[in-house]
Amino acid sequence: MTEAPATLTLPRPPRSQWRDVWDQFKTHKGAIVGLTVFALILGAVLIGPLIWTIDPTTVNLRARNQGFSAAHPLGTDQLGRDLLARVMAGGKVSIAVGMTAMSLSILLGTTIGVLAGYFRRLEGPLMRLTDLFLALPLLPLLLLMVTLFREPLSRSFGPEGGIFLLIVCAIGATSWMQTARIVRGEVLAIKEREFVLAARSIGTPARRMVTRHVLPNVLSPIMVSATLGIAAAIITESALSFLGLGFPPDFPTWGRLLYDAIDQMQLYPWRVIIPGIAISLTVLSVNYIGDGLRDALDPRIRGR
Amino acid sequence: MFTFTLRRLLIAVPTLLIISLVIFLLLEAAPGDPLGDVPLTVPPDVKEKMRAALGLDSPWYVRYVLWLKQFFWVEPLHLIDHLFGTSLGEGMQRVISFQSRQPVMQIIAERLPQTLMVVGLAYLIGVMIALPIGILSAYRQYSWFDNLGTFVSMVGFSVPTFFTGVVLIIVFAVKLQWFPSVYDTTLKVTDWASFKAQLRQMVMPVTVLALYNAAQISRFMRASMLDNLGQDYVRTARAKGLGERVVVLVHVLRNSMIPVVTVIALGVPTIFGGAIITEQVFKVNGLGQQLISSIHANDLPMVMTLTFIFAILIVLFNLIADLLYGILDPRIRYD
Repeated sequence: MTEAPATLTLPRPPRSQWRDVWDQFKTHKGAIVGLTVFALILGAVLIGPLIWTIDPTTVNLRARNQGFSAAHPLGTDQLGRDLLARVMAGGKVSIAVGMTAMSLSILLGTTIGVLAGYFRRLEGPLMRLTDLFLALPLLPLLLLMVTLFREPLSRSFGPEGGIFLLIVCAIGATSWMQTARIVRGEVLAIKEREFVLAARSIGTPARRMVTRHVLPNVLSPIMVSATLGIAAAIITESALSFLGLGFPPDFPTWGRLLYDAIDQMQLYPWRVIIPGIAISLTVLSVNYIGDGLRDALDPRIRGR
Repeated sequence: MFTFTLRRLLIAVPTLLIISLVIFLLLEAAPGDPLGDVPLTVPPDVKEKMRAALGLDSPWYVRYVLWLKQFFWVEPLHLIDHLFGTSLGEGMQRVISFQSRQPVMQIIAERLPQTLMVVGLAYLIGVMIALPIGILSAYRQYSWFDNLGTFVSMVGFSVPTFFTGVVLIIVFAVKLQWFPSVYDTTLKVTDWASFKAQLRQMVMPVTVLALYNAAQISRFMRASMLDNLGQDYVRTARAKGLGERVVVLVHVLRNSMIPVVTVIALGVPTIFGGAIITEQVFKVNGLGQQLISSIHANDLPMVMTLTFIFAILIVLFNLIADLLYGILDPRIRYD
């Protein structure tokens, strides 16, 4: 024990927490593949339309129902619209809906979770509210909301903006409960820690306590549920579209493309399968990223 | 335990009342008009009378209380009448569908068997597939079987049921023509041939739902088994010379089943919701399809009643899950 190893005398250079998280994330093979696939899909959807400049809504009745060709790599639909352009345009909407709805649901869930966890007086009513929302039959209610309010909203915000707003709000308002529960649990645990007591003893006001001390420490569960929330929102949106209650027909999303192709699936099965694969691949990759993030952000697993 | 059950039941009553009010107000706030399909040539005073006949002329709280009375008092009386041949509910107004002018409950009773047969069977099969997979995955953690199981279950709950359903239809109904693509609800099972036809049309919807459910439950089973396999009592059981079979299938399995059973109970109401989509894909004439067609037709009493029944199922199975947890795990005491 007299001679210490040479490496110990040199302290390891300081590493940020996010560096550690990334190192752990990299060891999760599924997560890396998921991240790559999601980045590719995102790139195809965002950059693709700049390269493949055919307008997804141009009707060309001479080129209806074509198969795969150089002019139309994924063929055309019953009105001669280019399917590749439509899949890319649809993906943009689907992913935008997923991201926006997730942000709304995370915002709601985090706010309610932090308030319920930090302020004891609000805990009872807010958690009752969460339980009430959990007891609501969500899919039927979503269907109801979307059907009942689509007319007035599309009148005041235009057919596209109105439906977008409606679907995003409906999905966000019905999916925040799990996040709120997780965040509340974490906040309750953090509230008992010494650093919170120390911060309080120097007179930190409640607002700064929450933003400086509590929120950064509940970031990991929020990030995980945000990732999984994107996947859930994309599935919900495409399910609504599939039931014919989503976006209007000239405003394609992946779910809508699938729904439109159902009538002719016996003749042109590819038109159903391509948007379906797009949805599945996106959701699968996002779920894998969420899985990897959960492992990487858990300090008990990290570093092993 | 008894006081806990009682307390939970008492909490369930206001919860359900608030939920019913929320659904009612949502329907009320909506601009849709159940008389929207009536031709414009109908004079306004006749339209007013039609409105009164549907009970739409009274203010919303009167109609809400009336609906509550019909749902919680008149409908049970009619059920008793139906079962025992009494006439308690005679002459009382039941919840009537705008669309078909039939009592809502009668339509629901007609459609329930279809939904239960497909959805219930699918859930049972899903559970039966999921449990062995979960057990084996946990016992051989990180083996090829476990990795395959993880991947398949990840795919299972990432691929939406409307896509798996459609792919199955394309492959097995259109290309191979093994199974019919549309579920025929008028089929009566009378002999061997019709029984076989019934089985063939159930294969695809049941497979889709069963795979989806199995994917989730097998993950829970695996996680729960892994929690228990590392415990001290497992080492003790092995140390005293019990066979591996007994250790895993008796000691570990019984303890691991506790959370899984509650998850299974909690999943029952959500499958009714998820079945809405599957019923739509395979044209099963069940409750989910009824809900969608009533929403499209603005049939308020039907939508209200169906949605509320879904809510009752959720509250009921939450309660069952909590009670099961207390019964199965003696360490948990609610009192």
